[in-house]
Parts: sequence; C-alpha cells; structure tokens
Amino acid sequence: MKELIKTVNLGHGYFGADGARVTALENINITVHTGEFVAIIGTNGSGKSTLAKHLNALLLPTSGQCLVNGQPTDKVEYLWQIRQTVGMVFQNPDNQLVAAVVEEDVAFGPENLGIEPREIVRRVKEALELVGMSDYRLYPPHRLSGGQKQRVAIAGMLAMRPKCLVLDEPTAMLDPIGRREVLDTVRNLNHQGMTIVYITHAMEEALNADRVIVLDQGILAFQGTPAEVFSQVDRLKDLGLDVPIAADIAWRLRGNGLAVPQSIITNEALAVVLCP
Amino acid sequence: MSIVFKDVSYVYMPGTPFKQTALKKINFEIKKGEFVGIIGHTGSGKSTLVQHMNGLLKPSLGVVSVEDIDINGKGDAARVAKRKVGMVFQYPEHQLFEETVYDDIAFGPRNIGLDAEEIERRVRKALDFVGLDFNMFSGRSPFQLSGGQMRRIAIAGVVALEPEYLILDEPSAGLDPRGRETILDEIFKLHNSTGVTVILVSHNMEEVARFVDRLIVMHSGEISLDGEPRDIFRHSRDKLVQAGVDVPSVCTLLAELRGRGLPVEDIALTPEEATATIMAAMRRRDRC
Amino acid sequence: MLTDITLGQYFPGDSLLHRLDPRTKILVTMLFFGSIFLADSYTSYCVLLGFTAVIIGVAAVPLRLVAKSVRPLWFLIILTAGIHIFSTPGTVVYSVGPLVVTLEGGKQAFFMAARLILLIIMASLLTLTTSPIMLTDGIEHLLGPFRRIGVPAHELAMMMTIALRFIPTLLEETDRIMKAQTARGADFASGGILKRVKNMVPLLVPLFISAFRRADELAVAMEARCYRGGENRTRMKELRLSWRDLGAFIAIFALVALMGGLRWSVS
Repeated sequence: MKELIKTVNLGHGYFGADGARVTALENINITVHTGEFVAIIGTNGSGKSTLAKHLNALLLPTSGQCLVNGQPTDKVEYLWQIRQTVGMVFQNPDNQLVAAVVEEDVAFGPENLGIEPREIVRRVKEALELVGMSDYRLYPPHRLSGGQKQRVAIAGMLAMRPKCLVLDEPTAMLDPIGRREVLDTVRNLNHQGMTIVYITHAMEEALNADRVIVLDQGILAFQGTPAEVFSQVDRLKDLGLDVPIAADIAWRLRGNGLAVPQSIITNEALAVVLCP
Repeated sequence: MSIVFKDVSYVYMPGTPFKQTALKKINFEIKKGEFVGIIGHTGSGKSTLVQHMNGLLKPSLGVVSVEDIDINGKGDAARVAKRKVGMVFQYPEHQLFEETVYDDIAFGPRNIGLDAEEIERRVRKALDFVGLDFNMFSGRSPFQLSGGQMRRIAIAGVVALEPEYLILDEPSAGLDPRGRETILDEIFKLHNSTGVTVILVSHNMEEVARFVDRLIVMHSGEISLDGEPRDIFRHSRDKLVQAGVDVPSVCTLLAELRGRGLPVEDIALTPEEATATIMAAMRRRDRC
Repeated sequence: MLTDITLGQYFPGDSLLHRLDPRTKILVTMLFFGSIFLADSYTSYCVLLGFTAVIIGVAAVPLRLVAKSVRPLWFLIILTAGIHIFSTPGTVVYSVGPLVVTLEGGKQAFFMAARLILLIIMASLLTLTTSPIMLTDGIEHLLGPFRRIGVPAHELAMMMTIALRFIPTLLEETDRIMKAQTARGADFASGGILKRVKNMVPLLVPLFISAFRRADELAVAMEARCYRGGENRTRMKELRLSWRDLGAFIAIFALVALMGGLRWSVS
C-alpha cells in the first residue's frame, strides 16, 4: 500500500500564557497508507487534536516533518494541494459550517478552489448523496440535528475530492443516534476507498479501525491492530482510557483464571469463546 | 416532600407555524432523596421537562409543584419553592464570567442576599464537594483552568446555592473517560453525604445505569418508561430501542451470551457484576 | 423563544419579482428611489402610487405583510407630515393660535408622507421577494467593479453570509445562558437602567467569549477548506440576466423618464 501521510520525528511546542514552553507533541513517527482506517485515541491533553491539525498543515511542526504524498507540509508551494488532499472535520458541528443553506455550505470548498460552476453543482449533489443528506440541501444548518450537521461538514470536505479525511472527535458532542449516523457514514466512505484518520476517546468507535494509535502526553505510547491495543487493558486503564466492554470482561475473566485469548475485543468473539 | 407534575403539557411557539408540542400531559413525582436518571434522545422532551422543575419554562397546561407549592404561583412561597431546585445546564463552563473562581461561585449566593461570612462558607464547601482545593483555586481566573476543572467550578456555582433538588443536564458531555468518571463520582458522593435529590439528564446509558435508583425514559414528549434500571433493561428493551436510547453495553454483551446458550443472569449493570455472573454460569455449565 | 425569529422578512414564492436577478432588483429599487425625488405634482405621485400597486400585485406577497413593514414607521411619517403642514408659508386655510395650516403646507405634507410610504414599501418588497443569500450575492456582484478603488466587496459579502449563518446560533446561545444565570438567581428584568446594564454582565461576558471561540474555530475550519479570500474564487450559483430583467429595466427607465418629463415640462 502507498504511504499517504508520514510524520518523521514530528514535534510541536509553543509558549503558554505564563511564558513557559509547552511541548504538545514529541518525536511522533506515524504512517497512514492509502485506504487505511486509522484511529488515534488518547485523553484530553494527550496531543491528539494537535497531531490532527498537522496532517493538513493547519499547524506546522516545530521539529521534524510531516509529509503528505511525499510533500512536506511546511513548504508553502504545496499548501493548497495538501489541504485539498487531506480534508478535516472538527468536533463542534456548529462552528465549521459557513453558509446559511446546506448546499451553499457544501459548495464553499470547491468555490475556494476556483472550480467551474457546473462542476461544483455536480460535486455538491454527489457529496450530499454520499452522506445521505440530499433531502436537506435547502435547509438552514440551525434546523439540523448534530449528526446531520456533521454529515454536512463531511460532505463539504468530500466536495473537494480529498484522498483522506481526518476527523477530530466528530462524535464528542453528539447523542447516540448522531454518533451512529456519523460513524456509519465514515465506515461507508472507507469501504469505498477513502483513507480515514479518526480521532476519538470513545473506544467502541475505534474497534473497526485497521490500526489504533495511542497517544499519551504528546508521545506515541503504542500502536497496533485493535486486538493488539485493546487487549492491553491494564496499560490503557493506566493512561485513563476505557476499553471496549468485551475486552474489559475478557480481561476480568482471565484474572479469574478463565482461559480467554488476548485477542478477544468484540462481543461476538467473546460469545464464540465462551459458548463453543 | 417532592416535585410533582400534574397533567403538565408544554407547547413551543403556540399559534405559529413552528408550533410544537414538547410535553404531553406529564404526571409524575420525584421524591426527596431519590437519584433519578432521565434519558431520551435529542428532541424527546427531556430538557423541556427539567426546565419546568425550577420555573424556567412555564407549563402551557397543568401544574408543577415543589413540596406542595405551585412554583408558577404568585408570592414569596413560590419563589422560595423554586429556589429549592438547582439546575446545572449542559456545558456549564460556558456560563462562567467572573474574574476569580471565588466570585463566580459566589454569584448565586450573592443574588439571594446572603452575608459575606455565609457566602465564604458556601464557596469553601462547594469547592470541597467538587474536589478542588480552596486555597489553590479560589483566587485564580476560571478561564485559565482546564476544561474539566472549569466544568467543576460551574457545578460548584450551583451547589453553593445549596439546593434540595439538583438537576444536571449532561454533566459529563465532552469530557474524556477519566473526566467523566471524576464528575459523576463527585455527584454521587454529594448525593450520599448530603442526601440531596439528584436528577441526572443524559443520553449516555452507561453512566446513568451505574448510579441511579430510578430511570425515566422520555420519548416524543411522553414518559415511556419509569422504574428501576435493572427492570427496565431486562423487560423493556424494545421500548428502549423505540425511544432511540442505547442499552448499556454490558446488557448487550450478556444478551448475546444468553442467546448463545450461556445461562448468565441478565441483571448485571457493571463489568464486575457481569464477570461474576459469567463465572457462575461457566461453573454451573462445567458441572453438568 | 428567541430562536425562532425568522431572519429578514423573506417571503418565499415564485412570482416574477421573486425570479428577478437580485442585482436587477437592487438597481431597480434604487432607480425607483430616484424617481420618487423627481416627483413634484399630484399627477406624478399618482403615477408612482399606480406603479407601486402594480409591483405589489406582481410580487404576490400578502398585503398584510407589506402593511406590516410600514407600521413601525407610522410615527415618523405623521411627524414629518405634521411639520410640513404647519411650517410651509402660503395661503392660510385654518389657524389655531400660533399654528397655521396653509394650502401649500397640506400639499407638502401629503407629498412627504407619500414619499416615505413609497420608499418603505419598495424597500420591503425587495427584502420580501429576495432571500438574504441572494441579496448578499447581488450586493457582492454590484460592488465588484468598485474593488479596484478599495471597496472590499467579497469581504463584506462573506461577513453578511457568516452573520446570516450564526445569528440563529447565537440567539439560541443567548437563550441558554440567560436561563442558566436566571437559575443562579440573576435578574435581567428589574431595577433602574444602571442596575440593568450591570445585570447584563453575566450574560454578555459568556456570550462574547463564546462568539470569539466560535470565530476562532470557524476561521480554522475555513482555512482547512482552502479559503484564501475572494481571489480566483468561483461561485456555484452564477447570476444570469434574462429577458425578465431586461423587462424590469425597461419599465423602470420608462418610469424615470416619465417622472422627469412631468417635472420639467409642467414647470
């Protein structure tokens, strides 16, 4: 698989309000391949949002490098190409919609790219279909639910035809229905080939990822497949993170002397082991 | 000693095209000392319901009374009754405005005309309840604290009013797992040590299930379920699904195991209880 | 509830007036304002009133809404008419004490009232038949040529768009903060002016903080969507003039010519 995003010893520091230097990220080396679904988990303050903002040059590394398609994000000549390649969806659904009508908002990105009007119309239609929001194209955003607003935000990115979507805790402010809507939409896009970087602290949402990256206080703590990561229950709990319920129970059963394999992280898998 | 709703209906924007019935003839009682969870998806009417409890919204029809006094009546009695109900809104840290933590927490007590000595006592106590040290925090600006700390300051601002009934609307929204845990533990401790009645509004079934003795499920402006959480999860899964709320993931897991023939009891709500019942079931099966 | 105030006063519809290009509507309205100031006789005012009546008919907007737009300004209309009725010298018709009503004064009063009413009606017809978004688009396009002399046409339009988007959100937020502070015993309704202003602090501080936070996040989100000002930007919806717009211009130029004719041929 092709490397789409790569960070090399990426670090990010800044000066806090009290004048002291704060290190938000240190020595981060990650790679995201085309078509992958990568989840990044960590507590508040672990640096996961800061890392996300590096992936499309909203923030620039203060040490090391971030490469998108081999192009370093700190070279101005690549800036717009990088932002077009890596789309970004944020946590607060309200504060990322610009226009007072859904379809106008989805058109905002392509308009900025200077795309020809007839092509914009086509892309807007297609993007709204992909997220299942076609019926709402003439709605004002404030009449939509949180989940619907996030889907519109995703459509706004899709209309720019990115290769990768970075979603920064897109469900943190949503209710269970909204969460499901957004997660289903993201999975669906991934199945159609979109590369996904999904930042979350809801562990259940990371279960279906190809790879999970755990950040702690600005450092990459460990990474691996969901099974590899979520079976390390002690370690995750130490970092202040949850584990999916099946992994939690499996871990407790092991503590009680039951022979449950480490790789069990889903309800189905646990059921199979316990009731052969 | 309770909050009583009698035939309460509420219509948003009556007489306009936006007219919407948010509550339909609600009847129920919350007794003093209870820890009640109110759950429902966005638009189910749960927020409208709780805003009736301290008179922020007035019923279109029906009566809301606190300790036998109609809170929307006239006179001092109604005002005193209303004051017994404290309310913490969603993302309460967005309502902080004072220069120091002390002043922000003291805002409520000052508004009800307490003297300086009493105010200080309450600020100390409230900070203590939310687990923040008075000396370390009272002089700082609330805007320089972390999100979780700001949330706790805001909650302290309501706790300092010493309400007998405390309503919290999604107190853990937007926090990470550890932040959620801390806030909920503090609320639970407050309930246990002072006996304050707590009404916890949420769409997160996990956290509600763990703490409450009584669960009220709202669905399209009506109370669709009202009872003990374990009973509801065991007997009314269909209605929960219909109301658009999740069953705690422990229950889902145990249901899956039962479906595959493992004789687990399905009344567990916490991972500890679930582990115990699975171990017991495994032993029973091995004996056969 | 604060949250359900409809923005502007757009009345959705499909009339000829609704379908006109917003640029046409803005220019036509301005030319109409010009022709109002050319009018100086009963005849010309009758023509203007007739023209307006036809436009109201074409707009297919309930008369009630048109009347509603005039209502808040009744006081101003009466006041202006009153001043003119008593202060214009001429043939005295009637007098009470120092107040003298003249024939010329009556005429002036009628003209002034008619002017104001026509101005208000036409302006509100523009906003009744044009959505705020179209209006913004129209203004941006019309100001476009003035960019070279430093008029920030795109920026102004962008600001209007964002305002339209966020006003409902901020109203909702105001409602929520007000309730939260009320629950802490804040009082927004009683006391003298000074006290009331002071009482607004617990509402205004959180509201400003929130508005700034939103602005900050929105700016980042716009940057992520490759926003870099108006340069090289295209629009999904292009404004296109049609035969309708041509018709509208012919009608308004005819009106201006007629007004000019009436003014200078009569005098």
